[in-house]
Amino acid sequence: MQRNLKWRFVLTGIVLCAALVYLVPTFSQNLPGWWDRYLPTDKVHLGLDLQGGIHLILEVEVQKAVESTVERMALDLKDSLRKKDIFYDTIERDGVSKLMIRGVSTSDRDRLEEALSEQYANMKLYPPQTGNRGVDFMLGLPDAEVSAIEQGAADQALETIRNRIDQYGVSEPTIQRESDNRILVQLPGVKDPERAIKLIGQTAVLEFKIVDDEHSLEAALQGKVPSGSEILYQRIFDPETNYSKRVPMLIRKRTLMTGDAIADARMEMGQDFNQPHVAIRFNPRGARLFDRIAAEHVNQRLAIILDGNVYSAPVIRQAHYGGRAVIEGSFTPEEAHDLAIVLRAGSLPAPVVIAEERTVGPSLGADSIRMGMVSVLVGGVLVLIFMGVYYRAAGLIADLSLSLNVFLVLATLVAFKATLSLPGIAGLVLTVGMAVDANVIIFERIREEMRVGKTPRAAIDSGYQNALSTILDANVTTMIAALVLFQFGTGPVKGFAVTLSIGVFWSVVLAMVFTREIFDYLVMVRRIKQISI
Amino acid sequence: MELIKPGTRIEFVKYRYAAMILSGTLILLSVLSLVIRGGPNYGIDFSGGILMQVKFFEPVKTGALRDALMNQGYGQVVVQQFGSPKESEFLVRVEKSETDLESLQGKMEGVLSETFGPKSMEVRRTEMVGPKVGAELRQKGLLAVLYAMIGILAYITWRFEFRFALGAILALIHDAVITIGVFSLLNKEIDLPIVAAILTIIGYSVNDTIVVFDRIRENMRKIRRQSIDKVVNVSINETLSRTLLTSLTTLVVVGSLFLLGGAVIHNFAFALIIGIVVGTYSSIYVASPVVILWEEVKSRTRKRQATNRVAARR
Repeated sequence: MQRNLKWRFVLTGIVLCAALVYLVPTFSQNLPGWWDRYLPTDKVHLGLDLQGGIHLILEVEVQKAVESTVERMALDLKDSLRKKDIFYDTIERDGVSKLMIRGVSTSDRDRLEEALSEQYANMKLYPPQTGNRGVDFMLGLPDAEVSAIEQGAADQALETIRNRIDQYGVSEPTIQRESDNRILVQLPGVKDPERAIKLIGQTAVLEFKIVDDEHSLEAALQGKVPSGSEILYQRIFDPETNYSKRVPMLIRKRTLMTGDAIADARMEMGQDFNQPHVAIRFNPRGARLFDRIAAEHVNQRLAIILDGNVYSAPVIRQAHYGGRAVIEGSFTPEEAHDLAIVLRAGSLPAPVVIAEERTVGPSLGADSIRMGMVSVLVGGVLVLIFMGVYYRAAGLIADLSLSLNVFLVLATLVAFKATLSLPGIAGLVLTVGMAVDANVIIFERIREEMRVGKTPRAAIDSGYQNALSTILDANVTTMIAALVLFQFGTGPVKGFAVTLSIGVFWSVVLAMVFTREIFDYLVMVRRIKQISI
Repeated sequence: MELIKPGTRIEFVKYRYAAMILSGTLILLSVLSLVIRGGPNYGIDFSGGILMQVKFFEPVKTGALRDALMNQGYGQVVVQQFGSPKESEFLVRVEKSETDLESLQGKMEGVLSETFGPKSMEVRRTEMVGPKVGAELRQKGLLAVLYAMIGILAYITWRFEFRFALGAILALIHDAVITIGVFSLLNKEIDLPIVAAILTIIGYSVNDTIVVFDRIRENMRKIRRQSIDKVVNVSINETLSRTLLTSLTTLVVVGSLFLLGGAVIHNFAFALIIGIVVGTYSSIYVASPVVILWEEVKSRTRKRQATNRVAARR
């Protein structure tokens, strides 16, 4: 039995040393050089409610990605039918995933069917109906394709957002899929939440269109918008009045080029007025396309549009740009910088809606840690004193066990890179209260057995034996509750479930193993005759 | 030192009918409060909306803050003092079910900044929950509580017997309903951490109940000739020391959290305090009486069956 005891102490010692090693980085700033090479250097990972930061759940509107695909198909189809001299009334999107071709003459009907089955073999062709203007055809995207597009949009959105955040520069961000079309983003320590959220959530579709100088803007504003054009607004910031106004412009609808053509974008400060602007460089295909557009539209104005807002509309003066262009507008340096990021990372395949947002400022985080720690200390000390008074020496043994409990829970959090949140600190506090339970059950049993007349050794043995099943039963139910909480909870609540589970685990181990060791040592090695309990 | 002298025999079981009336009243009050108030006071986690915690560096009155935000078209604006009354820290809550909540937050900050000056305040925390997410969390919360109860019921049935499990589950439901009822009576908000507290209370209450049941089961084997209510009473008395001690230490610890942990965790600690008190009470006066009742009903039917058999033979 004595050799067994020595091994138990050794094992305990190893576990405690390992815990110590894991905790040192959290409490000590200056680690010796050799530490980094062999030993863990993580600190306790604090949740957003303790260190400040942003928590976002973004919902990708994947349906819109499907809709855009169908609309692109409509444009392609219009082109190819025109080339084949097949006439139609309208081609437009119907619902989310269907395309309607209306008003095809009966003579063209067979040719169209042939063309469709050639070019769009993967789409579902519904039986043509005879409408009042001719034959109507309906094409639908098959379900498998719709899912593929939706999945693809969600994946791409995740990558683009990750890209943007990387460039923005946040330490230890969390970016992950939350469900089919939801993305979780956590940015600890971010100082300007509004700016970060705007950067992430911007769809950032960049389009180049031509300004319509042929038709009257005033007439359009009255309601007579010529077909093929639309009214878009430009925001102009007047530094003198500190006011921005929205200026309407009449723009030709057709998109000549999009942001895919951009290879790089940088913020630069302009020569003349030190105004920030974004310098872009096109990829080779984009450069050629841009020159072609410039050649076709010399002396017209090119509108540079982001997410439907006109940023600038400079006059095209030359036909060769060598693949470079400049986007000017009423930018602050931060806005230009962020626009460059967004152009580099690419646009989102579908718009993104913020489903949930929680931001905690750093001052509140620091206060929460402080108050949480104080309550753990005060509560803990009160319990320690009480145990010492009520159970005397045995109580002091339990006290040691309780202190080690907190210690081990924190070390386990570091080892598993789990997050400590404010409810997590509450979980720690609760663990202290409940860890007492296991010890109390054992000690009460021992007292009972001693009252019946057993020797200290026998009392201890049967005390532990009888208590085991009760302790296990009682703590398993707490674990069940914690497990359910872990599954269902998010963020801080999850942290509570984790801390509570770890706390319960260690409290059982410490009560059954550690305090037992000490008692065994006292009884067998020191051979005490009476236990102070 | 002994809080409870060994050999103590407090007649707990005798007062079980009075306790039933007390429990019944408490549950009735809880349900009434919920019905009258039209359901629990859901925080934005469950109802969707915006929550802002704003701290002002100079004294500001609640009314002034409310006036600044009213009539801006935000709908219902609720302003509450937060934390100690000396500091001008407030919780502003807007419950809107439309989806343009993102810009709403910015607009609110803008209005406050205009009214009180941009340097006069610090936004300590903001939370925005879209209505869809709110509805989902409500469902998840309910399911979580349900799953926990089923899991615990299954575990106890496996380790003990069904009659024990029944008692435990009724005690659980009793505890959960009364905790929610107290929150409803005091019109306190129920948000995600409170649901976490309820789940913890469930775990803790069962914890407590099991310790008593364990002893009842042990004594049922040892003491064969006594009636069930005497066995239960003895068991409760024997475990009283442990029950009181654990409840006391846990209360001390949670009380420390309640008083010193800060305003953010305050409601959570409050829920735990209610739960611990009610949970301890329910182990003695809900779970155990159910066991007694079950036994009494069973022995009565056994006796009736025996007399019927005797009568049939005649």
